[in-house]
Amino acid sequence: MERLRRAMMFLPASNPGMLRDAYIYGADSIMFDLEDSVSLKEKDTSRFLVYQAVKTLDYGDTETVVRINSLDAGGRDDIQAMVRAGIDVIRLPKTETAQDIIEIEEIIEEVERQCGREVGSTKMMAAIESAVGVLNAVDIAKASDRLIGIALGAEDYVTNLHTKRSPEGQELYFARSMILHAARAAGIAALDTVYSDVNNEEGLRKEVEIIKQLGFDGKSVINPRQIPIVNDVFTPTEAEIENAKNVIHAIEEAKAKGSGVIALNGKMIDKPIVQRAKRVLMLAEAANLYRKGEV
Amino acid sequence: MKALTIQKQAIAGTIESSDVQIIIDQNPGKGIEIELKSSLEKQYGRRIREVIEETLANLGVKEAKLVVEDRGALDCTIKARTIAVVHRSAGITENYDWEGIEAWNV
Repeated sequence: MERLRRAMMFLPASNPGMLRDAYIYGADSIMFDLEDSVSLKEKDTSRFLVYQAVKTLDYGDTETVVRINSLDAGGRDDIQAMVRAGIDVIRLPKTETAQDIIEIEEIIEEVERQCGREVGSTKMMAAIESAVGVLNAVDIAKASDRLIGIALGAEDYVTNLHTKRSPEGQELYFARSMILHAARAAGIAALDTVYSDVNNEEGLRKEVEIIKQLGFDGKSVINPRQIPIVNDVFTPTEAEIENAKNVIHAIEEAKAKGSGVIALNGKMIDKPIVQRAKRVLMLAEAANLYRKGEV
Repeated sequence: MKALTIQKQAIAGTIESSDVQIIIDQNPGKGIEIELKSSLEKQYGRRIREVIEETLANLGVKEAKLVVEDRGALDCTIKARTIAVVHRSAGITENYDWEGIEAWNV
């Protein structure tokens, strides 16, 4: 079953209070950051905190993700700790080539074998944060069966492009489109970058509307206050839900009758329409506006 | 796992809410001594000491003096801070014995 990833909340792995409370804010995924938000001298303590938290605390249905350091900055210990703890997804920062994925995957597999976890059970995700990474997005997205998604990391990317972020986001259109197409070609999720101005709720809403329209599955957030806004934009309207229910009802009825061609209100229903309807109902279910099986 | 030895003074953790700060040092010939400061000492003091003592035993530490300042940390946080401070004191900063840690840490 496809899983929703509307809001992925970043939190610094060095803060035990946040590790404890992370799951209560309603993010579909939470990402413990061992990389940029943790100072060099607290990498060791933060790694042990997340290791122990993931082993002990019940995060329910929330997907747990950890952003690891590069291999020359403690990444190997990060992978050892996280695979053993049973993290759902390991996120690689600053991915530039398919080889970056393959290297990390080899270590993950080695640790899975050492500790007796099923090989392939630890998933991966890659953040693309440079022009080279964007140009290699397709190869990156297809580099491993473990990949569940690729994400844009815009702050490093715009610096690399010699520009900066703007409210309209023209500077990100190419990267967003590349990442989205690469993700779809590989059949994985596309996740957008963070919106750093926590106090600008209107700006965040506009940006989420843009990336949703492009086709993204969700967005990274840096503050719990951003989660309801992201979820709200991804929540279908009543009319959309009603229409999706009608589509599903029509195909079920046609199936029961053994009829091949399916029509609703005089319009033919084909596969893409059914797919869209299913996704609308999934999003509606996540917002408690629909109960599975109710058509 | 291979027993770790306290070699120098080390510190891990903070005095922020939900955290615990542990300072560890050598304690030759005197076993484990824990000086605990916690606003919840009456309710949780025994449990906090228990978690720290168990973790030290699992790491093979037999002699150490600890000064612990608790700010309402969960057991998993106390454990994580204890593991970290012992490794720091033993001078281990990379290539941890994860298999060894995993063997007792369930």
